[in-house]
Amino acid sequence: MEEVRVLLRNVDRINPVSAVDYMNEGGYEGLKKSLWMSELDIIHEITESTLRGRGGAGFPTGIKLSHAHNARSKNKFVLCNADEGEPGTNKDRILLSKDPNSIFEGMAIAARAIGADKGYIYLRAEYPYIVPILEQALENAREAGCLGDNIFGSEFSFDIEIRPGGGAYVCGEESAMIESMEGKRGEPRFRPPYPTVQGLFQEPTAVFNVETLANIGPIMYRGADWYKTMGTKKSHGTKLYTISGNVRNKGVYEYEVGVNLKDLIYEAGGGIPDGRKLLAVQTGGTAGAIINKHQINMPMDPAYVADSGGSMGAGDVLVIDNTNDIVDILDNVLSFFVHESCGKCTPCREGSMRLYQLASGIIDGTTTSEGMENIRELCETMRLASLCGLGQSVPIPVLSCLDNFREIFDEYIVRNEKNKKIAAGGAK
Amino acid sequence: MNTSHTPAMQLEQVASLAREFKGKKDQLMLVLLKAQKITGHNALPEDVAVVIAEEMGVTKNHIYDFATFYAMFSTEKRGKHVIRVCKSTPCHVNKASNAAHMLEKTLGIKMGETTEDGQFTLEHIECIGVCDRAPAMLVDDEVYGPVTEESIPGILSKYQMQGEEI
Repeated sequence: MEEVRVLLRNVDRINPVSAVDYMNEGGYEGLKKSLWMSELDIIHEITESTLRGRGGAGFPTGIKLSHAHNARSKNKFVLCNADEGEPGTNKDRILLSKDPNSIFEGMAIAARAIGADKGYIYLRAEYPYIVPILEQALENAREAGCLGDNIFGSEFSFDIEIRPGGGAYVCGEESAMIESMEGKRGEPRFRPPYPTVQGLFQEPTAVFNVETLANIGPIMYRGADWYKTMGTKKSHGTKLYTISGNVRNKGVYEYEVGVNLKDLIYEAGGGIPDGRKLLAVQTGGTAGAIINKHQINMPMDPAYVADSGGSMGAGDVLVIDNTNDIVDILDNVLSFFVHESCGKCTPCREGSMRLYQLASGIIDGTTTSEGMENIRELCETMRLASLCGLGQSVPIPVLSCLDNFREIFDEYIVRNEKNKKIAAGGAK
Repeated sequence: MNTSHTPAMQLEQVASLAREFKGKKDQLMLVLLKAQKITGHNALPEDVAVVIAEEMGVTKNHIYDFATFYAMFSTEKRGKHVIRVCKSTPCHVNKASNAAHMLEKTLGIKMGETTEDGQFTLEHIECIGVCDRAPAMLVDDEVYGPVTEESIPGILSKYQMQGEEI
C-alpha cells in the first residue's frame, strides 16, 4: 500500500520556515495563478474539486467560500482552525510544524476568493513549541513577497496573525473559537447567523481546518480535474490519517480517500505488537464510533462510513488491544466529555456527567438494566437538544460501543442485577 | 481568586505588558498566558488580575470568568514547572495511568498538587496531539514520551538542575 503524498509532499524534505524552499518545490504557484483569476472563477475551481472540510464535519469548501463571498462587508476574515483537540488527531501538528507555507497559501487563496485581507491562525495551547516556527515562517513569507502588501506584485494584500488558544476542546467548534478570539469564554454561539455572515468581530468569516487549507494550493495549481483522479467515486483527494493506540507504527500517514481501515491498522500501522489481539477500533476521535474486530473491513470514505453509522471525523484510527476492558474505555471517553463540556447548555453539561456516572456504575456494580435504558434515553436527548457538535456527538461513541460490544455489557449487567438481588435479600 | 502579594517588580512587568493591549479585549488570551509566566508560579493571583483589568480596560470579573474557563490557567499558585500528563484514550490504552502513578510516587504528590519545594505541579490534561509518543506529557512547553519508569528521573532532574542554577 503506497502513500500518496500531496499534503505531506514537503515534510522533512524542506526547511519548514523557508518560503524560498517551499517555492522551489512548486509552492505558491496556486496562489500566483489565483491572483489573475476572478473571485468567482477561484470558487468555481474549488467547488469543482468537491473538496470537503477535513476537520470532521465535511462541509463543502466551495459552498463555504461562496457564502463568505456573497456576504456584504468591507471587512472579512479567513480563519485557520488549528485547535486540533480531538484525541488521537495529530495531522495538523505535522502540517503546522513541517510545512506551514502550504497553510498560508491556502489561506491567501481563500482570502482572495472571498475578498478578505486579514487572516488568523488559532493555535491550540497544547502546541506552544509551534509558535516560533509559525512566526519565523510568516516573517520569511512576508520578506519573499508571498504575504503582506501587494502579494507577488499584484493588487492583492493579505496578512496572517497567530492567536493562541487556552486549552479547551470546545474551541475547535468554529463559533466557540470566534468567541475565544474575541477575549471571551469559548462557548458556542446560537446559529444562524453562521460565521460566513456574522463571525469574528461580527464580520463575515470563513473558518477552515488546517488540512483543508493545505489542499487548496495544489488544487488551484494542478486543477480540479487532477484532484478528482484521486479517491473514490463519491469522495475525492487524499486524506491524512492519524494511527494511534496499540499499534507498532503510530503516526500520521497520507492515502487516497477510501483506503481500507484494515490496511491502515495492519499495513500502515504494522498491526498490534507482542502477540496481543485486536479488541476494538475507534474511528473519528473520541467523538467517533467504537467498532469491534469484525467490522474493520471498511473503506475510509466519509460517505461509506456515515452510511454504516460511524464517522470518519478527522481521519483518526485508534487501535485498542485485548488487554483493555471495553467498559473502561467507555468510562475514559466519557470522562473526557465531562471535562470538556463547556457548560453552556444543559443537555451536554448534565448529560455528559450522568452518562459518565452510569458508565462507571457498570464497572463498580451500581448500574443495572434500568441504568442502561437511561443511558440510551440520555443519548437521544443529547443528540437532539445539545447546542453544538460536542454534545450532539457524545451519543456516537456511547451507542456504538453498547451495540458493538453488547455481550460484554450484558455480562456486566447480569452480574450487577444478581449482586443487587443478593444485597436486597440480605437486607430483609 | 486568592489575595496574594506578587512582588512589585513583577506587577510592573505585567502592567507594561497589559498596557500595550489597552482596549484590545481580543488579546486577553495572549496577555494572560504571558502574565502567568511572569509571575513564576504559573498562576494569575488576584493582584495580577487587578493590574491587567486596569491596564486593559476590562473588569476583574471578566478576567476571572475567562481564566477559569481555560485549562491552561490557574488562579491558585502552582509550581515553577507544570507537568501535564495526558489521560485521553490513545494514551490511556498505552497505560497512561501507570505513568501518572509513577510520577505521583516519584514526586510524592497527588494529581493537582504541588511539591513542597514549589518546583513541580502535577496535572492531568486531555490529548496533547502527540499520540505517537504515548503515554505522553508536557513539562511547561516541552513534550516528553513515551513516559516510562526509566525516563522519569532523567526528565525531572533536568528541571531540578535548572532550579539550582538560579
